[in-house]
Amino acid sequence: MEMREKETTLYLGPQHPGITGNMMVKLKVAGDTITKATTHVGYLHRGFEKLMERRNWLQSFTIVCRICVPEPDPNEENFSRAVEEIEGREVPERAKWIRVLVLELARLASYMLWYGGQNGSGGMYTVGQWSVGDRNYILDLFEKLTGGRVYHMYIWPGGVRRDLPEGFADEVLRTMDYLEKRFDEYDKVMFDNTIFQKRAQGVGYIDPAKAVEWGVVGPPLRGAGIASDVRKDDPYEIYDKLDFNIGLAHDSDVWSRALVRKQEVRESIKIIRQVIEKMPGGEYYNKIPNPMKWTIPKGDAFVKTESARGEFGFYVASDGSNKPRRVHVKGPAYVHGVTLLENLLVGENIADVSFIMNSLGTCPPEIER
Amino acid sequence: MSFFDIKGLLSPFTALQQLGKKPHTAKFPFEELETADRYRGLHFNDLDACIGCGNCSTICMNGAIDMINLEGIEGKDGDSGLRPRVDNGRCCWCALCVEVCPTGSLNLTKDYIYVSDDANSFLWTPGVSNPDGGENLSFTSDEETSLTEYSRIPMRELEGSERIKSFAEVVLGYSEEEARNEARRCISCGICSEVCPEHMHIPEYINAIAKGEDEDAIRIIYDNNPLPDMCGKVCTRRCEDVCAINHRGDAVAIRWLKRYATETAKTADIVHEIVNPEIKEANGFTVGIVGAGPSGLTAAYYLALKGYDVTIYEAKSKAGGMTYYGIPKYRFPEDSLDKQIDYMVKIGVKIKYNQRVGVDISFNDIYTNYDAVFVGIGFEVPWTLGMNGEDLKGSLQAVNYLRDINDGQTVDVGDKVCVIGGGNVAIDAARVARRFGAEVTILYRRRVQDMPADWEEIEGAEDEGVHILAQGIPLEALGDENGKIRAVSYALAEMVADDKGGRPKPVQIEGSETELEITTLIGAIGQEADYSFLSDEYKDKLEINRGRIVATELGQTSLEKVFAGGDAVNKTADAISAIADGYRAVKGIEAFLNKTK
Repeated sequence: MEMREKETTLYLGPQHPGITGNMMVKLKVAGDTITKATTHVGYLHRGFEKLMERRNWLQSFTIVCRICVPEPDPNEENFSRAVEEIEGREVPERAKWIRVLVLELARLASYMLWYGGQNGSGGMYTVGQWSVGDRNYILDLFEKLTGGRVYHMYIWPGGVRRDLPEGFADEVLRTMDYLEKRFDEYDKVMFDNTIFQKRAQGVGYIDPAKAVEWGVVGPPLRGAGIASDVRKDDPYEIYDKLDFNIGLAHDSDVWSRALVRKQEVRESIKIIRQVIEKMPGGEYYNKIPNPMKWTIPKGDAFVKTESARGEFGFYVASDGSNKPRRVHVKGPAYVHGVTLLENLLVGENIADVSFIMNSLGTCPPEIER
Repeated sequence: MSFFDIKGLLSPFTALQQLGKKPHTAKFPFEELETADRYRGLHFNDLDACIGCGNCSTICMNGAIDMINLEGIEGKDGDSGLRPRVDNGRCCWCALCVEVCPTGSLNLTKDYIYVSDDANSFLWTPGVSNPDGGENLSFTSDEETSLTEYSRIPMRELEGSERIKSFAEVVLGYSEEEARNEARRCISCGICSEVCPEHMHIPEYINAIAKGEDEDAIRIIYDNNPLPDMCGKVCTRRCEDVCAINHRGDAVAIRWLKRYATETAKTADIVHEIVNPEIKEANGFTVGIVGAGPSGLTAAYYLALKGYDVTIYEAKSKAGGMTYYGIPKYRFPEDSLDKQIDYMVKIGVKIKYNQRVGVDISFNDIYTNYDAVFVGIGFEVPWTLGMNGEDLKGSLQAVNYLRDINDGQTVDVGDKVCVIGGGNVAIDAARVARRFGAEVTILYRRRVQDMPADWEEIEGAEDEGVHILAQGIPLEALGDENGKIRAVSYALAEMVADDKGGRPKPVQIEGSETELEITTLIGAIGQEADYSFLSDEYKDKLEINRGRIVATELGQTSLEKVFAGGDAVNKTADAISAIADGYRAVKGIEAFLNKTK
């Protein structure tokens, strides 16, 4: 009873650099120890799913990227693949390879933003600034390929919007060579750094059994020793034609999750090099009819991809009209940012809230959709 | 691991190696970032190429584009006169507007910085707000990338060699799937409706066809056109000339889509069942109509629906006017016309055949016996060529030739026919003569591209083996000793630009005179109206100017209770204009009779 009297309520966010986006975590703390964490979302609700029910199929394509700012492309790929599945639209082989190139570049960009967040929330700004700066080279690639740096609106039903520009493949390879060297430099300052090791190990432990029960996915699940990755388990596009490994670690803490990502940035580079090497020629787009009158036959589809934050699913239903009847987005952030986070924070220090949150991969706009 | 882990303590200091390296950021303003070739920056619109179709505004999922009037840009045929304005506060630069712009006028530029203290200036009119933006284009569309469907679903037709064996219909019509696919190309901009003399609800009925709602399409069509079978086959379709998609590709086949819709209702009974028109109770007024051509039939149909007692007096034994007697059956088969006439009779239109006004019944009788009169007499009398030898045996007029053939008579034109003219009537006469085995040459003063005939008709004629001798000026018809035509002499022409900016004029090339051996000469250079049915009393009162009856917008003539329409009134001289005249005259007659109540 005496303990409870000393409890204080602390509001972290919604405007806080330690929060990955606009959401708030209401903390009950006793001293420096968290006794209860309650997440509050709603600051970013733009009603994407409902907006799509009032827009035609092509207009909807421009909305889905906004569901995750750091990594918009899995949304585009999911939406497109779901629509293609219902409609029975063939996608040219080259488009599938280009899609994987985009998805892996997006994974890299997303992980590099995570480097920023994980290090920043641990008080180690150097690597964070490097990675966010280096990420710009990937955004440059996106700009050249798609015309946009952050929201690409590039993967659309039927393929991709434009073919690779001239000299793009070489530029991708040059960027990969550069990043590979840079990741080694990051390691020296981050993973080889005793302070980071001390800070990350044993913090934010997820019981592997609970992880499965709660539906934890992506690096947090692989960091718990469970080798689960949609690219391997249920390959989409052309992932079954590629040689790559998934990251794995076993301690199920912030450190393990970081190790998973450390391995996976290199795997992404490996995938990108294979894609550039093996990409076939031919068409990049199986054109849709006039978008104003484009209808999708009655039906529904659930598709999923492996995003940087884990399994990402889209359920799309059509009633045969020119607009989606329902689009439901099932991203990892709902589990990671609400259920998991609330449980994980209890017993941890205030200083670790952002640190843990960053290790999970939480994206508030995806929670609120 | 402990704090005495040397590697763990020293590794972070490798960061010091970065000191002295060139920073990643550009040193603005000494360096500027170059945006990518595909960068999606601020909009630019080529105001001259833009036709104001509004497709950009329709696709914009943010509602950031509205269409506005701009000073100095007026609407005209094929151009709404509106131009897009982008709210840069709402735009998300998805560039779907670029992808669906049918003309390719709207593009995005490399520019992305815009600073102003005037919030209203963020309402950006591309092309006006950035007149030089065209030099900095980045995200653009072309025929390959654009989402506009530029290729028309081809129409199936009889082979040229098959066609000339009979009068079987040449155009076979779209299948259901073809029609749906073709209808889906339409972007519903409505530029076509503005140009259509009858302002038919084109986007609406095409939309219904695209959705598989053919009966709805028929109802929409009958809303202001009671002769859609005819228009679906032989309309001059100015709508297609201005179709937004026509700028970079093939216009939507509006005429063939109308044809598809109407052909889904095979009989007059089915049309009646689908349209199920509301016929108002008889209002006691009677209207007499002279001529069962498109204008007269249209006026009769809509007047009958409004409760008027309508009687049409037709000189010939069939209704349809020039569409029956002037158009060959391979273009417009008799049963299609019959279906429409049967439907009209079904809803209460009375047609008295073989009643030539001025011969079988006087105009005065009609004028005095009816509360209002509509005159839709058409242009039946052909213009003569005005050259020597025109009265030789074997010299015919196309409208007479076509009338006789359509009436089932036999006309022997021999084996070498020359048709003079470049309009649809000339092509019709040539293709009909070709079906009777003659070698046919069309002699036309100007170039093929100057011919007023429908391009598909010209192509059809060529496919059937008709020879078009363009830039040939006819000089004289030459006869043999029996007074029978044997040849036509003509000279070649060169096209000389018109100083006043008009179309180039053909000028005879000295010494190029040639003779073409023929068995029949067919003139097809135009027609005029025959006003002999009017007694002197009415001729004096009815204002006629340059061969055409003078009428108001709603068809009222100088004789208060007489309304007129069709070729005898309007200069465009096509069926859809006649239908429009008939439709407008209904409003005129209604207003006139309401006043007399």
